[in-house]
Amino acid sequence: MGVEEKECKLWNPNFKSLNREKIEQIQLEGLQATVNRVYRSVPFYRKSFDKIGIIPEDIDSLSKLSLLPFTNRQTLIKNYPYGMFAVPLREVVRLHCTSSQTGEPIVIGYTKNDIEHWTEVSARVLAGGGVTRDDVVQICLDYGFFGGGLGFHYGAELIGASVIPAPNLDPVKQLLLARDYRTTVILCTPSFALKLIAAMEEENINIASLQLKIGIFTGEPFSEDMRAEVEEKLKIKVVVSYGPPEIPGPKVSAECEKRCGLHIFEDQFIPEIVDPQTGKVLPPGEEGELVLTTITKEAFPLIRYRTGDLTSLNTSLCACGRSFIRMRNVTKRTDDMLIVNGVSFFPSQIRDILTQIEGAEPQFRLIIDREGTQDVVDVMVEVSEDIFFDEMKKLQGLKAKIEEVIFEKLGIRTKVKLVEKKSLSQKGPQKIVTDKRLK
Amino acid sequence: MLRIRNLKSFYGHLEALKGVSLHIEEGEIVVLIGANGAGKTTLLNSIAGVISSKKGKISFCGKDITHMSPQRIVKEGISLVPEGRQLFTSLSVMDNLLLGAYQRFKREKRFQIFGDLERIFEFFPIIKERRTQIAGSLSGGEQQMLAIARALMAKPKLLLLDEPSMGLAPKVVKEIFQIILELKKKGTTIFLVEQNAHAALKIADRGYVIETGKVVMQGNSEELLGNQEIKRAYLGRGYQEVWE
Repeated sequence: MGVEEKECKLWNPNFKSLNREKIEQIQLEGLQATVNRVYRSVPFYRKSFDKIGIIPEDIDSLSKLSLLPFTNRQTLIKNYPYGMFAVPLREVVRLHCTSSQTGEPIVIGYTKNDIEHWTEVSARVLAGGGVTRDDVVQICLDYGFFGGGLGFHYGAELIGASVIPAPNLDPVKQLLLARDYRTTVILCTPSFALKLIAAMEEENINIASLQLKIGIFTGEPFSEDMRAEVEEKLKIKVVVSYGPPEIPGPKVSAECEKRCGLHIFEDQFIPEIVDPQTGKVLPPGEEGELVLTTITKEAFPLIRYRTGDLTSLNTSLCACGRSFIRMRNVTKRTDDMLIVNGVSFFPSQIRDILTQIEGAEPQFRLIIDREGTQDVVDVMVEVSEDIFFDEMKKLQGLKAKIEEVIFEKLGIRTKVKLVEKKSLSQKGPQKIVTDKRLK
Repeated sequence: MLRIRNLKSFYGHLEALKGVSLHIEEGEIVVLIGANGAGKTTLLNSIAGVISSKKGKISFCGKDITHMSPQRIVKEGISLVPEGRQLFTSLSVMDNLLLGAYQRFKREKRFQIFGDLERIFEFFPIIKERRTQIAGSLSGGEQQMLAIARALMAKPKLLLLDEPSMGLAPKVVKEIFQIILELKKKGTTIFLVEQNAHAALKIADRGYVIETGKVVMQGNSEELLGNQEIKRAYLGRGYQEVWE
C-alpha cells in the first residue's frame, strides 16, 4: 500500500493515466510548438521544410507529422557541434556527447528545463520499476559523456532513494560495495549484470549476503533468456528502460511492474513505426523502425528521428493502468550495429581497420558467441598471398597486431584467425556477421 | 474543459491566428503571454465568439462551440472580461452588474440573480459601496473589479481575462491578481492574457507563449519562468517583481 502510494505520487498522477484524447491534445500542442520553434531557430529544419514546401501551419493534426522529413544519426553528425541547437549556447546548462559507435561525435545540449524533464522521466522509470525512498540505489553506469548514469542519479534523488554513484568500478568492487552498503537496486547494462554474475562465482560471493531486489537495465538489447538467467542468479526483478542517447537522455520508455512492453512517455515523445526501407508509417502492431519526435525539448529538439531500432507498438491498455502506449523490447536494429560486452560498433569499422594494416586483406567474417557470461568475438581475416607462406612468426605478429588495433580503436577484445586469401570471398555470399548469441 | 485544436482566425484576409492548439482543465489558471500583436486578444475574442471568421475546432465541456454566437457561448458558461474593461461608463455600477446577468433574466428567478449579486458584493465590498455611482467615475482598479464582477454575474465556468492589470498602479495590480487567485479557489477556471508575464505566471498553473499567431512554447509555470528566452523577451532583463 505504502509503496503503491509513493509510486503513484512519483510517477506523476497527472501523467499516469491520461485518456487518449488528452494525450493527443498534449501531443498536438507540443508538436506544433516544437515545429514552430525549430522552424524559427534551427536553420537545418527551416531548410529541410522549405525544400519540400512545408510550413509549420501545415501540421494541423498529429497525422500530419508524417509530412515532415526524417532526421537520423548522419544529420546530427553533419551538424556537429551546435547546428541542431534551438537555443543560444548561453541557455544551455549541460552538454553531453555520444561518440562511441562510429567515432564521429554528436553533442546534445540541455537547458535547465530539459534537465528537469529528464529528471522527471528518470524518476518515472525508477518508480515504475518499484524503486522507493527506502531503497539504496547503486548506479553502475557511465556518468561521463554519455549521460545514462546522471539522469538516473537525478531521478533516484528526486524519489528520495539513497544513491551510490558507482561508475567505472570493476564487477568485484561493485559486488563488495553492494554487500557493504546493502544495495537494493542496481542500475547497469545487461552485459555488466552478466559480469557481476561471473565475478560472484569466481570470488565466491554468496548471493545471500546481498540484498538486491531490483535491477534496472538500459543501454543494450537483451533477450528474455538472459533476463531469466540474471533474475535467477542475482535474485532480482529485472526492469528494462529504453532510449537512444541521441534523444536527450536514455529515458524514452520503460517497463512497468507488469513487464509486458515498455511504456513510452508520450507527454515527452511522439513515437512512430516506419518501414525501414520505404519510410512509410506502419500501423500499430507491425514491426518497423522506431521514429521519435521530442515535444518538450528546448535545447535539442528532434523531429522524426530514426533510431535504427526495430520494434512494434501496442495500443491496448496495460493492466497497470498507465495509458501510455507500449513498445516491444528492442532486440534488433535496422543497421548492422553490433553490441559486444556493452561496446557498440559497426562491422564496417573492422573493415576500415583491416585496410590500414599491411598484410591483411579487407575480407573478414565475424563470429560472435557467448561463453559463460562473456561475449566472444572471432574475426577471420584473409591475408595477402605473399605473407601467408612466410614464416610463422610473422603471421603471429600480424594476428597480434590486428587484435591490438581493434582493441585500441573499438575497445573490444577479439580472437583473430588468419585464413588464406580468397578463402572467404570464394565461398559465395556468406554473411559477414554470424551472431550465435541470439539463438 | 476547453480544447482548442488548430484554431485559425481571420481579419478579412489577414490570418491573425495560424493554427493554435491549447487546452484548459477545470480549476486551472492558464496564462497566455506574448508580445503586442501576437494574437492574444484575438484568441480570447475567438473563444468568446466575438470573432466569427475562424477555422479549426473549439470545444467546451465536450460541446463544439466554434461557430456559436457570443451570447450562446456566454450561456454555455464562458465570460469574457475584455481588454480596457469596456464598461458602460455612463450607466451606474448596479446597471453594469445587472447587464452582466442579462441573459439569465429570461430563464431564472430574480431572487437567484440577486442572491448571486449579494455574493459578488461580499466578494467586492468596494463595488457594493459604489453601486449607485456612475461606472465612469470609478478608479481604474475599481473599474477592473467591476468588469470582473459583471462577467461573474453570468455565472461562468470559465472566465477569460484580457489584460486585467493594464494601466493600473502596482499596488492595485497586486490586488487584482489576489482576486484572480480567490476566484480560482472558489472553483472558477481562468484563462488569463497578460503583459505582466512574471506576475501572471506566478499565480498560474500553466502557460502558453504565442508569437505571430503561433504557440511557440507551453509548459507549467515554473518551466516558463525558468526559460531564459521568455525571461528575455517578456519578463525584461532585471524585471521588477511587482508581485511577491
